[in-house]
Amino acid sequence: MQRSPGQVALALAIALFLGVFLIVPVATVVYVAFTEKGGGGLTLVNFLDFGRTDLFVRSFWNSVYVSAMTVVWASVLALPLAYLTTRFEFRGAMLVQTLGFLPLIMPPFVGAVAMQLLFGRNGSVNLLLDEWFDFKIGFMEGLNGVIFLQAIHYFPFILVNLSAALRNIDRSMEEAAQNLGSHGLRLFRRIALPLALPGYIAGASLVFVKVFDDVATPLLLNVKEMLAPQAYLRITSIGIDDPMGYVISVVLILVAVATMWVTALVMKGKDYATTQRGGGGLARRHLRPREQALAYAVVILILALVLAPHVGLVLLSFATVWSYSPLPDGYTLAHYTRVLGDSSVYIKNTLLYAGLAATIDVVIGGAIAYLVLRTRLRGRQWLDWAASTALAVPGVVLGIGYLRAFYGVNMPDGTPLATLWIVIVLAIAIRRLPYALRAAYAALQQISVSLEEAAENLGATKARTVRRVVIPLMTGGLLAGFVTSFATAAVELSAVLILVQSNSDAPLAYGLYVLMQTPAGRGAGAALGVIAVLIVAICMWLSQLAVDRSQRARGLDI
Amino acid sequence: MSKPARAVGIEITGVNLSYGATHVLKDVALSIRPGEFFAFLGPSGCGKTTLLRLIAGFAQAQTGKVLLDGQDVAPLPPWKRDVGMVFQSYALWPHMTVAKNVAFGLEERRLPRAEIDRRVAQALELVGLSAYAERRPAQLSGGQQQRVAVARTIAIEPKVLLLDEPLSNLDAKMRVSVRRELRSLQQRLGLTTIFVTHDQEEANTICDRIAVMDAGKVQQVGTPMELYENPANLFVANFLGSANILDERAGVPMPAGKRLVFRPQHAGLTSPEGAALRGPVTHREFLGATVRYAVRIGDSEVLIETPFQSGRELRDVGDNVGVDLPPRRMLFLPA
Repeated sequence: MQRSPGQVALALAIALFLGVFLIVPVATVVYVAFTEKGGGGLTLVNFLDFGRTDLFVRSFWNSVYVSAMTVVWASVLALPLAYLTTRFEFRGAMLVQTLGFLPLIMPPFVGAVAMQLLFGRNGSVNLLLDEWFDFKIGFMEGLNGVIFLQAIHYFPFILVNLSAALRNIDRSMEEAAQNLGSHGLRLFRRIALPLALPGYIAGASLVFVKVFDDVATPLLLNVKEMLAPQAYLRITSIGIDDPMGYVISVVLILVAVATMWVTALVMKGKDYATTQRGGGGLARRHLRPREQALAYAVVILILALVLAPHVGLVLLSFATVWSYSPLPDGYTLAHYTRVLGDSSVYIKNTLLYAGLAATIDVVIGGAIAYLVLRTRLRGRQWLDWAASTALAVPGVVLGIGYLRAFYGVNMPDGTPLATLWIVIVLAIAIRRLPYALRAAYAALQQISVSLEEAAENLGATKARTVRRVVIPLMTGGLLAGFVTSFATAAVELSAVLILVQSNSDAPLAYGLYVLMQTPAGRGAGAALGVIAVLIVAICMWLSQLAVDRSQRARGLDI
Repeated sequence: MSKPARAVGIEITGVNLSYGATHVLKDVALSIRPGEFFAFLGPSGCGKTTLLRLIAGFAQAQTGKVLLDGQDVAPLPPWKRDVGMVFQSYALWPHMTVAKNVAFGLEERRLPRAEIDRRVAQALELVGLSAYAERRPAQLSGGQQQRVAVARTIAIEPKVLLLDEPLSNLDAKMRVSVRRELRSLQQRLGLTTIFVTHDQEEANTICDRIAVMDAGKVQQVGTPMELYENPANLFVANFLGSANILDERAGVPMPAGKRLVFRPQHAGLTSPEGAALRGPVTHREFLGATVRYAVRIGDSEVLIETPFQSGRELRDVGDNVGVDLPPRRMLFLPA
């Protein structure tokens, strides 16, 4: 495998793209954070200001508290479900496993207002509690509301990772413990849980970072004293010259990097890939009738919580008026006629942006995967690392970076580059690139190199081998990557929030955010939310179909 | 470990076990004596591991009983049986040190700390791994991991010791030394031990008695020599060493429904005249100490191994030869 000029050109093009649309904006943010206001020399004074401002310090600790508590509550929800589904013969298990897809279908900000109406001080649940038992529970009070909503949305990340890890433990690991006298919960705590710890930590750190970086959910719940919302508010209300937005951005990046670093430290030497021998997982135990009832009660309760935002959203989208009552006063289709009529530009923009962003992701992701796995180009690994750093860059930071870096760049007709809609597409594409990249790696790794060597042996050039052998075999995986990127791009908000300049350029998530701010717009916002959920759900289903099909076509029976 | 107060016998009677439609164990009955080193020997899928797991409590039989020291173990879950099992994969917990692994069973028994430390040290010394107590399993070689697995099991002073293919993950050289270690350890502890293997050489070299299993049934029980000299049926004859099998078409009178069985090294070559079994040589292989001939007898082919002596003339392919088979070496086994 020697390098060809085509491969070098491809690598350089990708490097240029990542440099301009990822490295430069982020570097700009960092640079501005360390320079004096008005363009002086390098300084730490901005960070001192940050440390001296009560609001920021309070926001920082609020964000830490909310993220940590979300992890705690998400674990409380995920642990029993993981234990139940992996260690017991339990018919509800399938139900629980499908929960794993729900947070991908709907990000937490979409259901925030609906949850306020269900669980708020004067929401359905509290009205009923007050009427029947004469007390209320402050689910949604202040920071608790954010924690409640985020935990419900993100616990499946922990559940999915933890259950996969539990299922991958070789059964002899637990049988050996039983043989030596251990059983039940004690066995779970001493053997299964420690062995599944890497899976748990992977899920937990993901949840922590996602919550820490979330802008829209706290704002929709009217919580402003958190770090990511502060960055957004600073830039949008004071302006792009104020250094504080940049300082906060740097702090957000540092927290994300630190979380990943600590995760890597904790995981070090804990990659217990227990060699699979003769079927995974301990023989599942049957539940006794009383245990069964208890298990179902737990699952149904959690399921009700998970579905609450969806149910609330649907109700809200059909409601005429809904306040101070458990259910809406009446029902109407007016909100849907409105969003499909004059607000349909949001939907059109979403499909366009997400489609373009996902295409960019699949092309670049596929190219990087090919360069890394199949060539010997020097520095090819750097492309992978650069693309993956996008994981550590919160959306709001990327948005601020674009605004700052591209505002001074003018198009031939005089409009700044930063105000063009294509910039929104690029930002979304960069944000989703790591996911598409993983999908491309997975697809390419399944293809044996000998298939390509056979083609070359029979006289095909590198380029023709890629076209006639590699790409056809990768199609299924790439398609799945495309659909996943598309679906998550369709509900991307934090970067978009900063970059949208006019309503006519705004995607659905932005429209939803704006509409949800006012009681009059809520119904329409909810209708947009339902449409977004439908788009994403259909995409997820298509992606599953694509993967199944390509695996069957290649005789990979999984 | 000090010698257990008393070695324990195992009685297995009338055991039938099915997974769905697959009948894995069929009417299994065995009697394993106290202090015996016993082997379950058979090809993969014969049910030997299932039988071992049944004793450990990881499988449930539909009928029959397993008695440990005269006591029915059916109502006992695996964690109350006190039968130590060494797993084929060793199943060492990667998140614990060697010492922690060995201490696990003792901690589960809520022994005092000092007693745990003492017995862990003793068990590690017994397998020669005292210096490795603070290592992680992943830092040990395959043979060392295997010894940790044994130490972990004998530390709880089990009533019986179950070994599930303990040598299969070792290279050929290690196997020979480890099986000797296992044998001498078992002798010192006087512990009733069951050894599951598909390798007849392993079973022959270290076990007192062997149960040969096939298709879920015990085919024969006996000492290695008994099984070799007097196999009860064609399967046993074939599985322990190689055997020639001929039916009545070979021209030798034999009881109805039986087959003539003999070992290649129990026969020699002679002139075809007057020999009951005769035919052309079809292959000749030089093996060093012996020369192996294939001779066609009717539709069948038999193997004859003769000692190699330098200077002595060999038969060639195509030569007509007779098979010289002393009557006492003839076995007539049911088809």
